[in-house]
Amino acid sequence: METTDFEPKIVAFLCNWCTYTGADLAGTSRIQYPPNVRIIRLMCSGSVDPTYVLKALLDGADGVLIGGCHPGDCHYQSGNYKARRRIIALKEILKQSGLEEDRVWLRWISASEGQRFADTVTQMTEFLKEKGPNPMRREWAV
Amino acid sequence: MTSRPRIGVYICHCGTNIAATVDVEAVTEFAQTLPGVVVARQYTYMCSEPGQALIKEDGRKLGLDRVVVASCSPRMHEPTFRAASQEGGVNPYRFEMANIREQCSWVHQDRGEATEKAKALVAAAVAKAIRLEPLEEREVGVTPGVVVIGGGVAGLVAALDVANAGFPAYIVEKSDHLGGRVAELNRTFPELEPVSEWLPALIERVQAHPNITLFLKAQVVGVEGYVGSFEVAVTGSRGTGEQGSREQGGAHVLSVGAIIVATGYNVFDPHAKPEFGYGRYPQVITTLEMERRLAEGDLAVDGRVPQEVVFIKCVGSRDVRLGHSYCSRVCCQVSGKQAQLVRQLLPESRVTVFYIDVRAFGKRGEEFYDEARRAGVRYRRGNVSEIYRRGDRVVLRVEDTLLRKTVEQEADLVVLAVGMEPREDVDDVAALLKLPRSADGFFLEAHPKLRPVDTAVDGVFLAGCCQGPKDIPDTVAQAKAAAASALIPLLRGTVPIISETAVVDSDLCAGCGMCVEVCPFDAPALDPLWGVSRVNAVLCKGCGACAVTCPSKAIRVQHFTPDQILAQVDALVE
Repeated sequence: METTDFEPKIVAFLCNWCTYTGADLAGTSRIQYPPNVRIIRLMCSGSVDPTYVLKALLDGADGVLIGGCHPGDCHYQSGNYKARRRIIALKEILKQSGLEEDRVWLRWISASEGQRFADTVTQMTEFLKEKGPNPMRREWAV
Repeated sequence: MTSRPRIGVYICHCGTNIAATVDVEAVTEFAQTLPGVVVARQYTYMCSEPGQALIKEDGRKLGLDRVVVASCSPRMHEPTFRAASQEGGVNPYRFEMANIREQCSWVHQDRGEATEKAKALVAAAVAKAIRLEPLEEREVGVTPGVVVIGGGVAGLVAALDVANAGFPAYIVEKSDHLGGRVAELNRTFPELEPVSEWLPALIERVQAHPNITLFLKAQVVGVEGYVGSFEVAVTGSRGTGEQGSREQGGAHVLSVGAIIVATGYNVFDPHAKPEFGYGRYPQVITTLEMERRLAEGDLAVDGRVPQEVVFIKCVGSRDVRLGHSYCSRVCCQVSGKQAQLVRQLLPESRVTVFYIDVRAFGKRGEEFYDEARRAGVRYRRGNVSEIYRRGDRVVLRVEDTLLRKTVEQEADLVVLAVGMEPREDVDDVAALLKLPRSADGFFLEAHPKLRPVDTAVDGVFLAGCCQGPKDIPDTVAQAKAAAASALIPLLRGTVPIISETAVVDSDLCAGCGMCVEVCPFDAPALDPLWGVSRVNAVLCKGCGACAVTCPSKAIRVQHFTPDQILAQVDALVE
């Protein structure tokens, strides 16, 4: 991979019960991953308002990761299904608006998948390094 | 916000867990520059008594109204620091935590990068803290009573303790009898006492107890509610079909405050290891079948009294190919016990135990192993690869792992020390109660060290082998622990419930009812008089689905409001 000085910023909205706990497990297991991710704890991926994602992108985040429980495992029965529908719609709107929808990742990572969390962050960081800085910040700054 | 916030920030070294990777000094200096921060301190262990005392003293002396601790995961110590904040005169919901250990110092190595990330996480926590509102601790009443699923030894002991404490206990047993797997045993290790000396008496005490209600040939078909107020639907299931049990008519609905899961295990079926010829050769039986033969005192195979008896350990355990990489914990002693009993019954016989390892842990465990060897039982380290027939006997092909050569061993009777595995209906129970399972398929405890009988679901506890293989003393200890834990809310009479619930701004609510539709817990309902949504705070779980759905943004979940979250985003991206 080509070397680059660009270090992407990733804002992650993680559900308390699965992915946040999975990220904790990555920690207790000492699984190393790039420090580019900054985590916000929410109770459920179904409570991620699309405005949070947009705000992060417009503020200058280079990527947004939404992490929830695997389908069927939601602590609140169906929050992750709601998140899935909402994020699909959001990505479609981003695409239609000419914005880079591939900066938004939705992933199911359970409380026991510390390795998967670390791998996801690593992959996303590498992907965004290739992709370059988020242009939305400059274009949309007021 | 009426007055300017007064925030205390505390950065934890966690010994060297954080301090080795994060420049705590730099983070502390940075925290002092953040808006609203009155004091920023660092300490070796914030969760220690002196660490907590810093929060309490500052809270009082400096008149703090908000506290931020940057240390481990909130899943670890949020309750600790909330309590300390409260003692310092700060509302516990005006506490926020920055996770700079699990999600920073433990996963990054570059000190500069880790320090910068820790600063950002602290800034986000402070930004959220500025916007945190005080909330009240809330409690709801507890329905006295416990449902115990499973009528084996674990369920019986747990139910008896609950009943003896003066509360109703309901045992729901799938089969037509009590006593579970232990009822199929003859004698126990290491005492070699018959089970009949204590199990029937235990069952009688349960049956005679005025506080215990028994449901035999019964099954739990529905669980609703939460800790303190569960509604458990129980129905008889005389056939195997589950459709019938879903009928409304036959179901009893039990209202209880807690649930103890004691559903037990399945015995490994050695048909899955065809190389041992189980089911093909009458000479090959399981330890469970051996129990019955020993109880009857008749070990003859096809009328021949065996002279060579061989035990094979770890059948269905420690076997990665079967997906059973765990040790079943009892088979070593079960085979040692049966081997001794064979020697007693047939002193002329030769008894050999093939083992991978001998695990004789626990009280009197090693002594019992010694007794088996003194009784003439031969222990030989070896892997049995195959069993085939030779005349009236069978022959075991064994790799002797000490001699490093393949040997043949003839036998008149081969006993497979079969392990434990999760029950075939474990998925159904897990789905009913929303219980997570560990990689081995057994139910997962809430914490491997500190909460071994708790589960991820408040008010649901585990007892016995449904949590993992264990012997009778461990099962009884766990059952008594589960009963004691289940009794905590019952004896208190109330349980705390989350305060971070959804609230509706009636001025903004248009009464569209989308929140009512989207809520899985029926918490919001439209007020028939005013035509606006109202949230029942007892039913609300704080998931936030309604808040995102509301087109007027009239609903917000307290402690996770959009302005708090957007402030975190701002701080993290800056």
